[in-house]
Formats: sequence, C-alpha cells, structure tokens
Amino acid sequence: MTYKQRIDGRKFDETRPIEAKVGVIQRADGSAMFKIGNTWAYAAVYGPRNLHPKFLQDPQKGVLRCNYNMMPFSSSGERVRPGGSRRSKEISLVTGKALLPVLNLEEYPNSVVDVFIELPQTEAGSRCAGICAASMALADAGLKMKDLVCAVSVGKVHDKLLIDLDYSEESYADGAVADIPIAIMPNSGKITLLQMDGEISKEELIKLLEMGKKICMDIYEVQRKALKEKYQEVEA
Amino acid sequence: MSEIKIKDKSIAVPGETLAVGMDTLPGAGTYRQDEKIIANRIGLAVVEGRTIKLIPLSGRYIPKTGDTIICKVIDVGFNGWRLDTNSAYSAMLPIKDATSDFIARGANLTQYYDLGDYLVCKIVNVTSQKLIDVSMKGPGLRKLKGGRIIEVDSNKVPRIIGKQGSMVMMIKDAAKCNIVVGQNGIIWIDGEPLNELLAIQTIKKIEKESHMSGLTDKIKEFLEKNGNAKN
Repeated sequence: MTYKQRIDGRKFDETRPIEAKVGVIQRADGSAMFKIGNTWAYAAVYGPRNLHPKFLQDPQKGVLRCNYNMMPFSSSGERVRPGGSRRSKEISLVTGKALLPVLNLEEYPNSVVDVFIELPQTEAGSRCAGICAASMALADAGLKMKDLVCAVSVGKVHDKLLIDLDYSEESYADGAVADIPIAIMPNSGKITLLQMDGEISKEELIKLLEMGKKICMDIYEVQRKALKEKYQEVEA
Repeated sequence: MSEIKIKDKSIAVPGETLAVGMDTLPGAGTYRQDEKIIANRIGLAVVEGRTIKLIPLSGRYIPKTGDTIICKVIDVGFNGWRLDTNSAYSAMLPIKDATSDFIARGANLTQYYDLGDYLVCKIVNVTSQKLIDVSMKGPGLRKLKGGRIIEVDSNKVPRIIGKQGSMVMMIKDAAKCNIVVGQNGIIWIDGEPLNELLAIQTIKKIEKESHMSGLTDKIKEFLEKNGNAKN
C-alpha cells in the first residue's frame, strides 16, 4: 500500500492550521504563543538580566539560555515524566543554536537572556513550534535581532514528500519515514536548524528544503501579523 | 532616489526592510545591508528627513549616560555602594560622588545609605562592558525616605513625565503627592495613603494607554473624577 492521501485530508504541501499570538504572559519581558494543529507552544523571554554564577558570564556578548519543556499531560501516549530528560536537553540545545544567529547579543555583555518554552499539548513538530514561538517572544522582549526565525518539519512518508508531519505520519509503519525539522531566517533564506530522523536521497532532501522554505515564508507572515497586532494600537 | 518601503509611524518587526537605496540613512534600531535598511528590533518606524529610526516599544531598561534613575542599595563596600538599577547591570556609587559631607576614613558607610535604601541618582558614565558609575551630586538627587515604590515599563516613562514634566506635575497637584520618576521605570510616590493610591492608579492608566492621542485631557478628566471622590 502506498501513502496516497494524508490521514487528516490535508494536501501534501499544506500545514495544519496555525495560530499565533504575542504578549500572552504579562510578567515576562516578552512572550508568545504558537499553535500548529494540536501542537501548542508557549514561550516566555526574560532579560537581558544579571547572570549568576559569575563564571558563566561572557564579557564579549550576552548568553542565551533556552529551556524546552513538555508538560506531563502534553502527549497523547504515556505521561511525560516531569523535569529534564535527554530529549528535552537536546531540543533546548538545538533551539538555542537555531535562535542565536539572529540575535545581536554583543549589545548585552555579561548578561543572560532566558527563553522558556512550555508545551501544554503536543502532536509532532514540537521543536519547530517552540522555535517559532521563541523567536516571536524574543522580538516582543525588544531585543536587538537581525531577523525572525521560522521553523517547520518536512519529511517523506513511504514515497511521498510532505510538509508538517503529524504524529500518525511520523510513526507510519507501512513504509520508510524521514522526519526533517528545519528553521530558516526568512529574509536571508539561511538555514539555522536542520536535523533528520530516517533515510532520504540527496535529490529528495533538496526538494524538501525548497518546499520547507516556501512554507516558512507563510509562517513568517503569521508571525509578523501577530507581532504587529500586539502593537497596532500604537500606530496612527 | 531611494524608496521607503514602510509607512511613517507604523510598526516594524525585526528583519523587515524599511527602505532601499543609499540616500536614506539608518538611525537607531536599524542597520544597513547593501542597499537595504533593515529593522533591528520591534518598534515604531519614524522617517526624519533622510534618516529612518525605530522608537522602541518594549524591552528592559538599558542604562544610558545622563539618565536620572532610582536605584536600590544592594551592597556596601569599602569605597562606596553598589546599586540595583532595574536592568541587567548594577551601578557603583563611589564615596566621593555620594555626598558633600566629610566622610572619615574607615567610617561606617551604612549610616549614610543602608542596604535597601532607594536613591535618586544620575548616571555619569557607562562603559562598553556596561559598568555604570552614578553620582548623587546635583539638584534633586537624594535618598528617598518613606513613600512607596512602583515599577513601570521604562519605555513608557516619557509619557508619564509628559512635555516638560506636565503630566507628572498634574498628578502631583491632583493627588497631593510627592512623585519622583526614574528613567529606569522605578517611580517613588509619597503622600496620604488614599492619595498615593490615586497616583498609582493614574500612572498605571498612563502606562496602559500611553499610545493614545489626547492622553493629557483623558488623564485630567480621570483625576477630576476620582480625585474628588476620595478627598
């Protein structure tokens, strides 16, 4: 059996419904929410603020600390054990690395910018949703940054190339699956995150990256709109 | 001739192209990449003659030379005091800039300013590493006694002060309070409890509605309505 049609009826190059909002957490310096289908990410940014212990400080530039956390009740399967895990540690690291290229942290020496990403419910694509939310929250916090970051997962299920895999596609059992989360700086088109789980040919990968880039521009529009919405009353 | 891509006084997000061409100049909050001028942060884009700049709308306080700020004493050392500036960096107040009184060698500095005291001071220097020197020598710079402290967004402080201090004067008169506004977003209010409450409510209202036009009239109305009820 080949994978002819997506289970939820989407087109192969169509994402799940996206919703974004900025300024959802009052206490934070910047915050944002990003929902893609049943994957919800909330990001809160604090800082630049004082960094302790002191040996972690960098006199040349500020430090970015990311924290990715899935809530215990967030997944559809087993309860997620609260607290850090090998997986969350890795995702925190790659999220930080995906966001660093846009930030001008040299403006804030010896300080730290903390990013907390919380996921109340997830159904695949959570690191991409987290990165999208975090990039909006960083902008909302008024930090100096060159660009936003947009992320989406692309992949191959059986013999079909598709965008924004959901859980049923990620765990498709009747054929090979490749799951590739990517993050892009939309204005320069540079890639800041590229991971892969599975197997894929070079030609297909290039094709998927092109598809991903196109979708990222749509996500960028959503992010831009959400950011402008928070501040629109200041206009005019 | 360069082309301006954005409407004057509209919101720009990081990475957005504001103008294309070499005869427009990048102002604060923007940078040039080849022909383009690009937004470096979120803010209100303002075209001023040939330059485009962004007015910040959010973000933590970033210390600037010449600012008058309200700080809290967090440590007392041999040569002076360390102050919390409500930003990522603490400030140093050396003895020689602290008071015009004579301070004997080895004197107990806490009898001048103790831990937890709030001081109105002026930033005299900020280094590239964001080391901050402050001074207490100048008109209006002093230790704050009594009263209460509130925090507001430091980007809204200009609206709270108003043109030549008109807004804060109006609150002072109506609420019969003593008010000092620090540019770091810390505000000190001293008066009768109910009057203090009115001043706080008014300041919070300004913070919330800072972008609206005709704010002064609105606040005047608010003060007249609520001021009489409480006195």
